[in-house]
Amino acid sequence: MKYLANVSTLQFFSDKCTGCGRCVEVCPHGVFEMRDKRANLIDRDRCMECGACAKNCEFNAITVNTGVGCAAAIINSLIYGGAPSCDCSGTGSSCCG
Amino acid sequence: MQTTVKFVKKGAPRWVSGAIKTPAGAVSRVSSDWSRTDMLGMIKSRIGAYRMHYTVPPGLYAVGEATRDSDVFVTANYKLSFDIVRRALKGMDAWVLVLDTQSINVWCAAGKGTFGTDELVRQISVARLSEVVGHRRIILPQLGAVGVSAARVNKETGFRVSFGPVEARDIPAYVAAGYKKTKEMSLVKFSMLDRLVLTPMEINPIMKKYPWFAGAVLLLFGLAPTGILFQQAWQGGLPFLALGLAAVFAGAFVTPVLLPFVPFRSFAMKGWITGMLITFLTMQAMGGATGQSALLLAAIYLFFPALSSYIALQFTGSTTYTGMSGVNKELKIGIPLYIITTVVSLLLVVLFKLREWEVL
Repeated sequence: MKYLANVSTLQFFSDKCTGCGRCVEVCPHGVFEMRDKRANLIDRDRCMECGACAKNCEFNAITVNTGVGCAAAIINSLIYGGAPSCDCSGTGSSCCG
Repeated sequence: MQTTVKFVKKGAPRWVSGAIKTPAGAVSRVSSDWSRTDMLGMIKSRIGAYRMHYTVPPGLYAVGEATRDSDVFVTANYKLSFDIVRRALKGMDAWVLVLDTQSINVWCAAGKGTFGTDELVRQISVARLSEVVGHRRIILPQLGAVGVSAARVNKETGFRVSFGPVEARDIPAYVAAGYKKTKEMSLVKFSMLDRLVLTPMEINPIMKKYPWFAGAVLLLFGLAPTGILFQQAWQGGLPFLALGLAAVFAGAFVTPVLLPFVPFRSFAMKGWITGMLITFLTMQAMGGATGQSALLLAAIYLFFPALSSYIALQFTGSTTYTGMSGVNKELKIGIPLYIITTVVSLLLVVLFKLREWEVL
């Protein structure tokens, strides 16, 4: 399953890549693949902007605007201000579980 | 947090079976089997707010005859996450380090930062893990990587982080393969069953708002120049009440379950399509219950597919593959359309009422 095309903010700077393989290890959607001892960005449209790769790239070769891809969270932040978060707890329930 | 206290009061919970002595003190040993209470807890936490208090005390636990050489697996203190891990470790000797994620599963907690670098560093130190085990390796669930920087954990504790498989059930195969994941093990899936178990939490929140919708519909149809007529409210409103339920069914159940089979990648579009289909089928099933008014028909086919679309869009919060940029894009286009659609359909119904009263 793929979500909307050409929206992900994922950026990969291959010149900074040392080929440690962490991004391949952490990406849940196979966005990166190791080729010739370097990471390769093979399918940006599969990226869900979770940020695991950027957080674990020691060499700052990856940037991405992370955030919750949740309509309720974004609508709440539009109405009540603040950054979108999974905290729907104001209503006594949570989307996460 | 309250349940932490409850467990202590009642004595050891049933999933604890003895303890293992370590240089850092006694560590509770947990069973790998699920009792009926564990099953029931899983079902209840899938349905509603019960999940918010379904927790285990954070800290270190042992499985089997864990020794100084045994692997350390890290998980969240949402009891369902913990239960799935201890079940996956059946027959193995291992340590389980539970982080305090406030009863939230690993992936969501990692997104919030509670399953994070600082909390992991803290629990390693609180459990005195470096005294319990002789090695310096810990295995995290892959999805925890959203909140944990392996490099920083290594710097601050000396422990080297490996991100294991996404699913705990793959742990035995991962260990047997020499701590190597197959590509399959590192991909997050979203099967029909995965989607189906999420639907109660889609239906529940929206049904809490349904009484408001029902009240508005009955008021609107009951309103007459002479006051509120109950029979009219009922006769005119009933089809709308049924269509409202149908839209919830389309947006919160049919769309999630049939997700990959509904055309378009946009959740708003998917929800609109199923909403249109279900609205049409509901209208057929009700026969001529709404009469032949073109105004009402227009309002119905405008409003209810849009409602289903809006509800389906909420499911982006529960999927395993939608990102914020995409949802932002959908909302930017969607919200103005939803507002316009609602206002126009309301106007159409008001127009219908005015005709009925022979004002127009």
